[in-house]
Formats: sequence, C-alpha cells, structure tokens
Amino acid sequence: MPDIKVTPLGAGQDVGRSCLLLTMGGKNIMLDCGMHMGYNDERRFPDFSYINPDGPITSYIDCVIISHFHLDHCGALPYMSEMVGYNGPIYMTHPTKAIAPILLEDMRKVSVERKGEQNFFTSQMIKDCMKKVIAVTLHQSVMVDNDLEIKAYYAGHVLGAGMFWVRVGNQSIVYTGDYNMTPDRHLGAAWIDKCRPDLLISESTYATTIRDSKRCRERDFLKKVHECVDRGGKVLIPVFALGRAQELCILLETYWERMNLKAPVYFALGLTDKANNYYKMFITWTNQKIRKTFVQRNMFDFKHIKPFDRQFIDNPGPMVVFATPGMLHAGLSLQIFKKWAPCENNMVIMPGFCVQGTVGNQILNGAKKIEFENRQIIEVKMSVEYMSFSAHADAKGIMQLIQYCEPTNVMLVHGEAEKMEFLKEKIKEEFNINCFNPANGETCVINTPVKIPLDVSLSLLKAEAKKFNMLPPNPERRRVLHGVLVMKDNTHCLMDVEDACKEVGINRHIIRFTSTVYLNDSGPPLSTAKKLHQLLEEKLSQWSVTISDVEVSVESVIVKVEGDENEQKSIFVSWTNQDEDLGSYILELLSSMAK
Amino acid sequence: MKLYCLSNDPNKPCHILTFNEITMMLDCGLSMQSVLNFLPLPFVATNRLLNLPTWMPNDVVDADLEGELKENCDRVFVDSPLEFCPPLDKLINFAQVDVILISNYLCMMALPFITEGTGFQGRVYATEPTLQIGRLLLEELVIYIEQCPKAGFATQWKNFVHKLPYPINEAFKPKSWKQIYNMANVNASLSRIQMVGYNEKIDVYGALQVVPASSGFCLGSSNWIITTDYEKIVYLSGSSTLTTHPRPMDHNSLKNADVLIMTDLTQTPISNPDSMLGVLCVVVGMTLRGGGNVLIPCYPTGVVYDLFECLSLKMADLGVANCPMFFVSPVADMSLAYSNILAEWLSSVKQNKVYIPDEPFPHGMLVKSNKLKHFKHIYSDGFSTDFQEPCVVFCGHPSLRFGDAVQFVEMWGNNPRNCIVFTEPDFDYIEALAPYQPLQMKVAHCAIDTSLNFTQANKLIKELKPTTLVVPECYTKPPAGAPNLTELVIDSTPERTVIPYKWGEVINLPLKRKQGKVYIENDVAKQVHPVEIKPGTFLSTITGNFNVKDNIYNVKELKPTSDIGPRNINYEWGSINLSELMAKLSKEGINDAKLDNTANGYVIHLQEKDALIHLDEKNTHVLCNSDENLRSRLRTILMQCLKKF
Repeated sequence: MPDIKVTPLGAGQDVGRSCLLLTMGGKNIMLDCGMHMGYNDERRFPDFSYINPDGPITSYIDCVIISHFHLDHCGALPYMSEMVGYNGPIYMTHPTKAIAPILLEDMRKVSVERKGEQNFFTSQMIKDCMKKVIAVTLHQSVMVDNDLEIKAYYAGHVLGAGMFWVRVGNQSIVYTGDYNMTPDRHLGAAWIDKCRPDLLISESTYATTIRDSKRCRERDFLKKVHECVDRGGKVLIPVFALGRAQELCILLETYWERMNLKAPVYFALGLTDKANNYYKMFITWTNQKIRKTFVQRNMFDFKHIKPFDRQFIDNPGPMVVFATPGMLHAGLSLQIFKKWAPCENNMVIMPGFCVQGTVGNQILNGAKKIEFENRQIIEVKMSVEYMSFSAHADAKGIMQLIQYCEPTNVMLVHGEAEKMEFLKEKIKEEFNINCFNPANGETCVINTPVKIPLDVSLSLLKAEAKKFNMLPPNPERRRVLHGVLVMKDNTHCLMDVEDACKEVGINRHIIRFTSTVYLNDSGPPLSTAKKLHQLLEEKLSQWSVTISDVEVSVESVIVKVEGDENEQKSIFVSWTNQDEDLGSYILELLSSMAK
Repeated sequence: MKLYCLSNDPNKPCHILTFNEITMMLDCGLSMQSVLNFLPLPFVATNRLLNLPTWMPNDVVDADLEGELKENCDRVFVDSPLEFCPPLDKLINFAQVDVILISNYLCMMALPFITEGTGFQGRVYATEPTLQIGRLLLEELVIYIEQCPKAGFATQWKNFVHKLPYPINEAFKPKSWKQIYNMANVNASLSRIQMVGYNEKIDVYGALQVVPASSGFCLGSSNWIITTDYEKIVYLSGSSTLTTHPRPMDHNSLKNADVLIMTDLTQTPISNPDSMLGVLCVVVGMTLRGGGNVLIPCYPTGVVYDLFECLSLKMADLGVANCPMFFVSPVADMSLAYSNILAEWLSSVKQNKVYIPDEPFPHGMLVKSNKLKHFKHIYSDGFSTDFQEPCVVFCGHPSLRFGDAVQFVEMWGNNPRNCIVFTEPDFDYIEALAPYQPLQMKVAHCAIDTSLNFTQANKLIKELKPTTLVVPECYTKPPAGAPNLTELVIDSTPERTVIPYKWGEVINLPLKRKQGKVYIENDVAKQVHPVEIKPGTFLSTITGNFNVKDNIYNVKELKPTSDIGPRNINYEWGSINLSELMAKLSKEGINDAKLDNTANGYVIHLQEKDALIHLDEKNTHVLCNSDENLRSRLRTILMQCLKKF
C-alpha cells in the first residue's frame, strides 16, 4: 500500500513554530517554516538537523510552502534557507511574499538590536531568501515538477493567507495553515472545494472553543475600551502589525466616528502606513464589502487613528494604543506595558492567542508580578482582558472544513494536546474517518488506497455503455467492464478481445460446443422457443435474454428449437468456451426438464 | 468535434465548440461595426445634425422610409437609435450551451445577448480582471447609449439596403441587428461569471478540463487549453508577445495541441505599435505647443494606461507638462482604481512595485499631482471649472457615434489647431469621422494594436507545433484592400493541416477520440496475470465491476454472486496441432476417432458416442448429443492443445 508520511518539526501538539515534513509519492515537502515566540534559544527554530544532521537540506526537500506571513509560520525561513542551506523553490501567495520580509526584518531588529541575540540571520539573508520565493495566485495549479502539483485556496485569517492542496500522482493532501471559517470586518471566510484529499492537515488552535457571535465580542470590546477611556485610563492593545490590527482599527474608527469620541487612538509608528498600503494594494484579498466600496472610500484610510510616538507613553489623560508585537514578548508593546501595568486605571486587551513563555501568556494566566531578565519586577495592577479576535477556525469551523473537502483522514496540528484529543474523538465519531495528532518529531504514516489509471479503447467503453443502456433500467444490475489489457513497448491499453488480437497479430481460436436435448412439448417450435425464453429470463435475471424466431440467446449461448408441430422437439444448445458456465448451466437446466 | 462560427468579425470572436458531448462557447464578442452606419448621438442636439438633408433612393417612393436616412458629404446615415450585430443565433440554441469561456474583456460585449432571455443555464468562466474590467466596458456602453435616448426607430431602410449607396449597402445582416441590452441584463449576465485564475484547472462535467493561460494582451487576458486525458485543443484569442503592462504570454502550455484555433490577430498588420506610440507622442506635443487640443477617442481601459504613463513623461520632455490630461468616462474612477489593485495580473516589473509597496501604475500619482483629471461626464460637477485649454482629452467611444467624444468633435472640429488622434484599432477612422465632415481639425491615425501580427503568429505556430490549425478564412488570404501583400497571411505548410472557417459555418474538426481512462482498484490489479505472447508483448484479461460517476470510470473487484454472474474469462488462441490432438484423444481412451478432410479443415468423428469435432485454423466446434461427461473430457483435451491468455 502506498502511504503518506507526516513528521511535525514544530506545531505537533503545540502552537507556534509550525513546520511539517510531508513525504508522498517519493517527494518531500516542507509545510511552513515558523519560529516559536516563547523561546530565545535554539528551540525557537525547528530542528532542521532532523532532515540532514550534516548541513544543507536542498537535496532532501523538493519544495517549501508557506501558508501565511505570521512569524510562527514563516519566521525560520531565512534561517532555514540561508543558514541551514536550501536552494529549492519556496511557494507563497503574493501578499505573503510582499509582507513576510517586512515582518522578518522587524523581528530580526527586535531580536538582534534590542535583545542582542547572536547567530541570527541578517537583512541580506532575508533578501536572498525572498529571491527563492515563487508567488502563486489562488486556485492556480502550479507544477513544481512533473509529478508534484500545488494549488492555493483562500484561508481568511490574515491578508494573503492560503490553504494548500498538494498532489503527487493519485495522492493528495490539504494543509490549512491557519484559517477562519467566518468572514470578519476586513477578510472573507476560508473556502475549499470538494477536492477529497487523502489527508487534511488542519490547525486546531481553538479545537474546543465554539465562539459566541462575533458581534457580541465586538460590542464587548468597544464597551470595555469606552469605559476605560471614560475613567481616564489608558488602553494598550498589543497586536501584530498586519491582520487583527486592521480589523480592530476599522472597528474603533467607526465607533469613534459614531460616538464622537475625542480620546486619541494611536497605532505604533512605522508599520502603520506601509501595512495599510498593502491592504489597499491587495484589496482583492479582502472581503466583498471592502472590495465593492474601495473606489469611493478606502477602509484603510483612517481618520481617527494617528501614528504613535514613543514620547506619548508618559502623556497624561486617556488614550488607546495599538502596539506591536502581539504577545508582549518584546518591542514597543512590552515597553508600554511595563510603564502602564502598575496603574489600575489602565487596561491591556489581548486580542489573540499568546504562546507559552511570553509575557502575554503569563498575564493571561493571572500573573500579578512579572519578572524580567534583568531582575526587574513589574506589578500588574492594570486590568487584563482577553478577547479572542484572532481569526482561527473554532471547533465548528474545523468540522465545517472537513465537510467541505471530504478527506479520508484528518491530522490535527497547531493546537494544545488535550484540546486536540477532544476534537479528534469528535471527528472520528461524526465523520467516521481516521484522525491523527502526532507530536513533534513523531512520524505519522497514513495508508492510501491504490488506484491505477489505465488507458482504455473508446470502442470498448462505448460498447459497454450501449449494452447497458439497452437493458431496461434496474438499479440492482451491476455494470461490468471486460477487456484485454495489451502491454507492449511500455504502453498499455485495455481493449476488446478482437482488437487486442489484431493489435498483437495473433489469431483467436474459438471453441464452440453444441449439445442436443430432446423435449416433449406439443405445439409449434415457436411456442416452445417462447416458453424457453420466459424460463431463461426468470432464471437469469442478471442477463439480457433475447429471442428471434425460434432462437433464444444469452451472450454467446444460442438455444434453437427444431421439430414439427406434434413431434418431439430437438433443442440445440450451443455456446463458446468463454460462456462455458452459462452454456453448461442452460444445458443442464434443459436436460433436467427433458427428464 | 465541431466548430460553429457565430461572429463575422475575427476580432470580436464568438464560436461554439462541441466535443465529448459538451457544448462550449468560445468568447462572445459583439461586432460594433454596425454603428458606423448611424448618425452620432450627442447629448445636446446640434443644429448641424438636425438639419442634415433627408436622403431617398432614386426610384423609391415609400412614405415610411421618408426621414430614416440622412445625407452628409455624399454619405448616407441612418437616423435612429444605434443597433449592434449580435452573434448568430440560428445555428444553435443558446439554452444548450454548457460553458462559456471568455478570453478577455474585449471579447464579452455580447454576453447579455447570449445569457439573458435565451434559457441559458450554463457556466461562464473568466479571470477576475476580465470580469471587473469587462463590467466597466459593459456599463459604459449602456450608460452612453441610455443617456441619449432617441425617438423614432428606423426599420424600413433595411428593406432597401440593396438600393443604398456604398458603404451602407454592404452592411452585414442588418435585419439581425438589435438595440443594446439594459443595465439589469448586464448585472444578471455578469453575475453568472465564475472567476478563475491563470493555470487553474477547471473541470467541465468530468468530460473536459479547461485551463486559462496568460495571453499577454491585456489585464487578465487568457488563452484556453481544453483537454481530455488524450486530446488537447488550444483556443488562442487576443494575444501579444510584446512587453507592456499585462503578464507576459504563456507559450509553454499551448504547445503540441491536436487542434489550435487561432483568432483575433492584429487589425493593423502593417503598423508597428511602438513606432505608433512614438508618432502619437510627437503629434500630441506639437499640437499642445501650437495651442491646440488633442482628442483621443478610446476605451476606458487597456492601452490608455500605457498612454497616461508614456505621455506624461513625453509632455514633460517637450515642455508642455502644464497641459492637463482629462480622462472622461462614466467608469474612469473605477478603471483607474481597479488597474492598481490587480497586481497579480501584471508584468513582473509592475508587480514588483507592489512589494515596495508602490502603486503599479503611475496614474494614481498623476491624479494626485493634478496632471491627470478624471470625470464621469463633461457635465459632471467640477469639469467646467477644471477644464483648461490646451489639453489632452481621453474619452469614449472610439466609434465617435456615442459618448462624450461626440461633443468634443463637434466642439473642436472646426479649429485646425486641434487634433484628433485615433489609437484604438477597432474602427476605420475615415468611417468614424464621416458624419462630422467637413472638418478643420487635424487627424492623426496612430492605431496601437498590440495583438499578434502575421509574422509573430506564423513564428508562434511554428513554435507551438499544432497538428491541425483552424483560422478564420480571411487570415488565409491577403487583405481585400491590399491583395499584393501576400505576407499578411497565415502560412500553410505541409507539416500541418490548415482549416479555414467563416461566419455561419459548421466545421468538422479532425479529432477523433480513441481512448478513455479508467481507474482500476488494487484488487482488480492483483488479478491481472500477464501472459507473454511474443517477447515483450503481454496480454491479460480484466473483468471488473464498472462504476461511472461524474464521467470518472472506476473498475472494482467483481464480487462473486450465488447465481451465475459475470466473472473473469480467458481466451484461446493459435491453432490445434492435429496429431497432438489425436494422440491425446487416444490417451484418454477414445480410440475410435476417425479423421476426415473437409473443404476448409477437418472433421473428427467419435463413432461410438456419435460426436463430431469440426476443426479449422481458427475454430473448433464440438457437437455431441447430451453427454456432458464426454463433452467435458473433450473440452479439457482441446484446452490442452491451445495457448490462452
């Protein structure tokens, strides 16, 4: 049995550092190449020495596919391609290709220049890495080589996020990356056709969550921000530069407009304009409403949201600040957090998931004191709110996707182990299909059924169809294809036996048997023939029994009645060797009648 | 496989292709040559047009015809709402069309005629830019025509076409002409389009696969590759090998087709688009410097983007940078906005700008710096305050029969300092100007047609190596106006069959399907026992349960049933060695076999049992009464004497 092998190097029963190795039909594919935000040591990157302990991995990997620009999906890409060594093709969508290098550079600066990390990739490496990227458009079928085909589907989640269908020969998988099954304020919902892959590899960040309606969460969010601002507090919203930030900006912008609020709203300087420009340029990737109205009013031109300056941190009075990064693990958002955390009037709203090891994760778990590397201890008196705005599919969404694409196996990644277990059982129960959730480094082998394509002569197919269509409709009747497979000169073709003999230049030898049965049945031979016809039709319901004059025939078996009106009838039963079963059965039937 | 030709204009193609039980429409272009026979539609009635003398054929007295025809400068025009020549609807019922493939936004103007009110229920495929920009073109057309309603619908003239002077007497099938559709039809029709991406494999009812490939002609333009597992048909419509703003043409996927249908070649075979662009820049520069205005009648999309870019640079060089460019079209704002968000469909140079991120076209910048101003109409708010002369005006329609261009020709026509520059190749400029004559303004003809010329087309065919080439008949002969230009044809070479077609014809194409594809499951494959017939040649019978779903054929294992049902069988071949057979018979205890010759073989008579075996080269016939025991023994013996697979 052919199989599909999947080994997670990251994101196996874990969130962050997505990186899966897929082996299928002799091809090796790397799905995502992310980094872990929670670590500052070598654990932040996937363990590429698993592929080749001695260095470059070009000869082991046929292609790399990046699902979207979040760093937990592409953060290790320059490390992998430039430092470990990979020169093969890297595929991603156009927006991802545009935005990923900016986020990588941003992250590099934070890590190297602020945290002083060593052995990190350089700006040049990011550029060199991006040169290996081939941008793909949605639904375009890309032939990586003669046997390996990939195709991207819309995933929602963030601008340019894709789900990838990968096929080698008759085997196929779908890798979702992160996706979102409900449209939001700026993006559409993920969509896939009934591609029936052998394996669906789905993220499961929110495996056990069924989220309440988006509208409620939005109202809640606005209410909390409004209350805090009203009491003169400062609101910090740690976000990633692209994605949720734009959705929340649209939300606040319209609310500020409607409520005529005066408190300033800031967006961390630098990325804002650039980020919003990408959204303007890739408007075809946003949701229908934005696409329809962009000529009149571009949703990403904000009136109330101003760029943030570091000096504003100590400004008195209320304000709302969007700052990067989203998990409070470094950079400006952490800096602001340190300043504002000790004041109980302030608030931090975490709009997304925070991986273990980040400050975001600690405060969400209720930590009231945070200790930093330099022994600095910060007391957290500000209120901490968690609002799940990160656009992942919830349990319902995952089930919906399974229903859409009808896979024969499902694998859960990018989620927490115990939550996965719950969903896994649910999937098995509801769809009656296998579900896997391998841990990092654990190889999962999935058997796939074989289907061998065979060329067949059209005349054989047509003859079968003609024969089948001539019979009265009967849902029970099975269609049967019979032919001779001719294999020569590395070609093969299934054809009719006569054509096959002609093709290879041999003569068929036909053996025919004729036996005689004597039957006492008065009346003309025609009436005897009719009786026999009726009998055979009854006995051989699967077959087409025809009558012409005094001859009844089934396949090559001919039953012929001879004899005068009042005499004993001679019944000749004749058949070719191929219909031996049928012929001898009919002969026996008639013989027993004669006795 | 059959090809129906429904359009008379190879540049506004419309075909039907039937293959593998699928009826497919390839493009639905709308020929607009008909409008040249009509008087222009201004929004403000001009005295000149109102006072044109009525024309009547010499020997005709018909009160109904009176007033339908008007004369200007020895030319006769119909005074009526405009009519268009839709694709031929007599050869095929559009309700039977399964799929429509649209190559580019210039080849879809007849879509509402095909899909609305005809019972059409099929699918329509086009790329995203084709849909978005095609929508702009359709909307512009409808708005232009609806804003100039005209009373009095002329019909009688169609009965006297043979008595009318040239060129109206050569009008193509005027009785089939129709008035344009309305906006509701446009919206309904466009809502049927399913957007596809380049190289997206689209399954058509399991019977065919169609794939659009970039054709390099305009934003989102595509050629179509139609395949089964064994046959490949390529439909090549508007294509360009030049480097302009669209994604370059994809040659590779078009290679080695069984049938290549090629249409929509250049309409200006003798002029070079690059040098035309050069001439245009010079003409514009000179006119502006002389204080004159330039009118460029054009479509609201396509080459205009390149013209904005090119002219703005040239005008700066020539010191006329302070002259504004006006882009007037009901869809001008949409066109400018859309062109800048379709980066994935642009040339790599333009695409790379988006990564910076910069807008791919400079016209956003030109608008911001007030070098390019766009308005929906000349009566829109702000136009009269912003309007300043001398200037360059881009506006529709290139036929000069409707749209704001009509107003500009009337306004600027009698000043010899002004100039009208024709860049769109669709209409003959002399015909376009005929109802405005006599004109004082200068006329420049700089048709920029980037689609394939004959040299490029012949080179491309050589590279693509199709077995059969199918082209409009007019491409196989030199142009009617220049019979000596024999290089302006598609070469016929012995390497391939060239089949010409023309309007109203149904052509049988030499593509016969011979093979299909079935998928056999593991259990069936296990039962294949190949027998070597000759060195390297193997045969094996295969029998299986046959499953047909969505035109996909699957063969599963045939599960045995209780009663007699189909099962796998084998075949005997070769001939029987007589002495071997006789020896075997006697070994089996049958000693009374008597051998006799017959006309074409032998007969063996088993005397005691009164059974006969007739033998010849290819047949053996065993006749015995009802002795099953004997028959079965004979069967075994015979089988031992023959080879089988």
